Amino acid sequence: MSIWRPDPTFYPSPKMAMQAPAEKLAFVAMLNGNGRHDALGVVDVDPESTGYGHIVGQVDMPNAGDELHHFGWNACSACLCPHAPHPHVERRYLVVPGIHSSRIHIIDTKPDPRNPKIVKVIEPETLAARAGYASPHTIHCGPDGILVSALGAPDGGGPGGIFVMDQESFDVLGKWELDRGPQHLAYDFWWHLGFDTVITSEWGTPNMVTKGVNPEILLSGGYGHRLHIWDLVKRRHQQELDLGSEYQMALELRPAHDPTRAYGFLGVVVSLKDLSASIWVWHRDDGKWAVKKVIDIPAEPADPASLPPLLQGFKAVPPLITDINLSLDDRFLYVSCFGTGEFLQFDVSDPFSPRKTGSVHLGGIVGKAAHPKQPKAQLNGGPQMVELSRDGRRVYFTNSLYSPWDAQFYPEGIRSWMVKLDAKPEGGMEIDPKFFVDFGELRGHQVRLEGGDASSDSYCYA
Amino acid sequence: MSEPLTFWLTLFLLGSYHGINPGMGWLFAVARGMQEHRTRAVAWSLPPIALGHALSIGGLVLIASLAQVALPLLYIRIGVAVALVGLGVSKLIRSRHFRWGGMQVGFRELTIWSFLMASAHGAGLMVLPVVLAGAPPHHHHVATGAACGVWATLVHTLGYLTVTAVVALLVYRKFGLAMLRRSWFNLDLIWATALIVTGLVALLV
Repeated sequence: MSIWRPDPTFYPSPKMAMQAPAEKLAFVAMLNGNGRHDALGVVDVDPESTGYGHIVGQVDMPNAGDELHHFGWNACSACLCPHAPHPHVERRYLVVPGIHSSRIHIIDTKPDPRNPKIVKVIEPETLAARAGYASPHTIHCGPDGILVSALGAPDGGGPGGIFVMDQESFDVLGKWELDRGPQHLAYDFWWHLGFDTVITSEWGTPNMVTKGVNPEILLSGGYGHRLHIWDLVKRRHQQELDLGSEYQMALELRPAHDPTRAYGFLGVVVSLKDLSASIWVWHRDDGKWAVKKVIDIPAEPADPASLPPLLQGFKAVPPLITDINLSLDDRFLYVSCFGTGEFLQFDVSDPFSPRKTGSVHLGGIVGKAAHPKQPKAQLNGGPQMVELSRDGRRVYFTNSLYSPWDAQFYPEGIRSWMVKLDAKPEGGMEIDPKFFVDFGELRGHQVRLEGGDASSDSYCYA
Repeated sequence: MSEPLTFWLTLFLLGSYHGINPGMGWLFAVARGMQEHRTRAVAWSLPPIALGHALSIGGLVLIASLAQVALPLLYIRIGVAVALVGLGVSKLIRSRHFRWGGMQVGFRELTIWSFLMASAHGAGLMVLPVVLAGAPPHHHHVATGAACGVWATLVHTLGYLTVTAVVALLVYRKFGLAMLRRSWFNLDLIWATALIVTGLVALLV
């Protein structure tokens, strides 16, 4: 449907998007580990509302066992890009894939965002036939369509990659790559629109991840440890950046939002040498791309009795950086440590020398840190999927990683929650004592904020 | 359209109308300036954008002018009218948006982009009825027809370039892109209607 003026949630530049009004609702993927149906929840995040901090809406998926993971919008600020302008589509539909079922749900958030409706379901057979992929993962709305990464092929092996969907009909249009070069594993992707460059990261094929982390593959360095640089227009692989197989699971990618800045941040889950986690910066150096480690977060020694079987031999709890997020002014980087239960904020004004500006503990394998709303209740799970408001003032995160992996790090079973922090303009953050969502039998995963957030949109203007 | 002044003015104004559409070039020039942090990048984007537009318009105008040598004017008018209405209706039914290339563009890419953008929007088709109406009657001379077509294209492109340049520089240097959010009307919808109306007028008048 065409509208007369650009969608009011589209902003030409990240700077302008920071002036956007505060979000009132958040959409959260909610998993059901008990073989029942996953759901998309709507959480009230308006402090003025009586429902603040509660689930006020829910749409159940039509089938069981989807394992909803990441999801995204059909359209965003990239529609304003000058080379393929089409600003008169609406940011309206959420594209919600399941990485176990390979089913993609299209969910309409209008006219009543508290009562979203499933309007289309793309079955795994269609995805396999049209694109040759399975386990769809990350969604990004681009200047000329929706791009989705997929962990692998329909048989559960590789290669994983990216496919394209139409922004209005939601048809799967096909594989994105014309020449994938040496790339085999896939996970996250994003781009530098100003440089026509795509970055992709690596996790594992569906066979390597759906039954839990495989210690044999892990200890032999078999999970992903490379970045791939692609030409966005020619759809060709250009360069491979190898961190070394010691660094296992090069996952989340957060390029600078300013399209004139050619650098970004990568979170690496674990180092085989000492169980530390790390943050790397990729950057353009003399026409070529390079990558450099800028943050190391060490493992914390722990009594084996307090550790799950997977970790007892190491006598330490690994930080496990499983998600990161970057504020729209490219100034603050947020880092989730799912293992230690620490959530960190860094000032990355100079991307090569980050400065720690904040730290909060909630949950954790050993720490089990409590929330001020229920100071006596030990929390489990750890800071995981993090989302940030466009103005950079409110941070939300949930505590579940991925059902088969949750069980290995938190064998007692994760009780899932979502919290909110208030971030100060000059650095530092505090837990909002009034906001604590308990998901009950479900598990909260990715959070998307109404109107857009710090990882939903990309921009063509500085 | 017997008055020559009205004829040239109409072509110039049609060019201005094409120029004011953010999707037709000025916005790309502004983006180039922002990407390179300098006004010069805005200015350097203008010649290829204008050239691509002129090639798209000129190509069609020349074909139509030459066709007049072989075919009665009425046939050409009917053909143009049918094409206009058809394109307009198809745009109303399914607004497929234009896509080609990326943000890293040199002179060549920007020329091709502008050519394709103008062609995809039927910019040349919209100019044709004016050119046909203003053409000297019964000129069966190839040279005269071609010369008229070249001049029509130049005047149209001058109108287009003037508006594109003024808007691009004003937005880049003074106003910024915030206005885009409110004032970028869906010109494609108006455009589709304009195509249909132009086609019907060309058919009936």
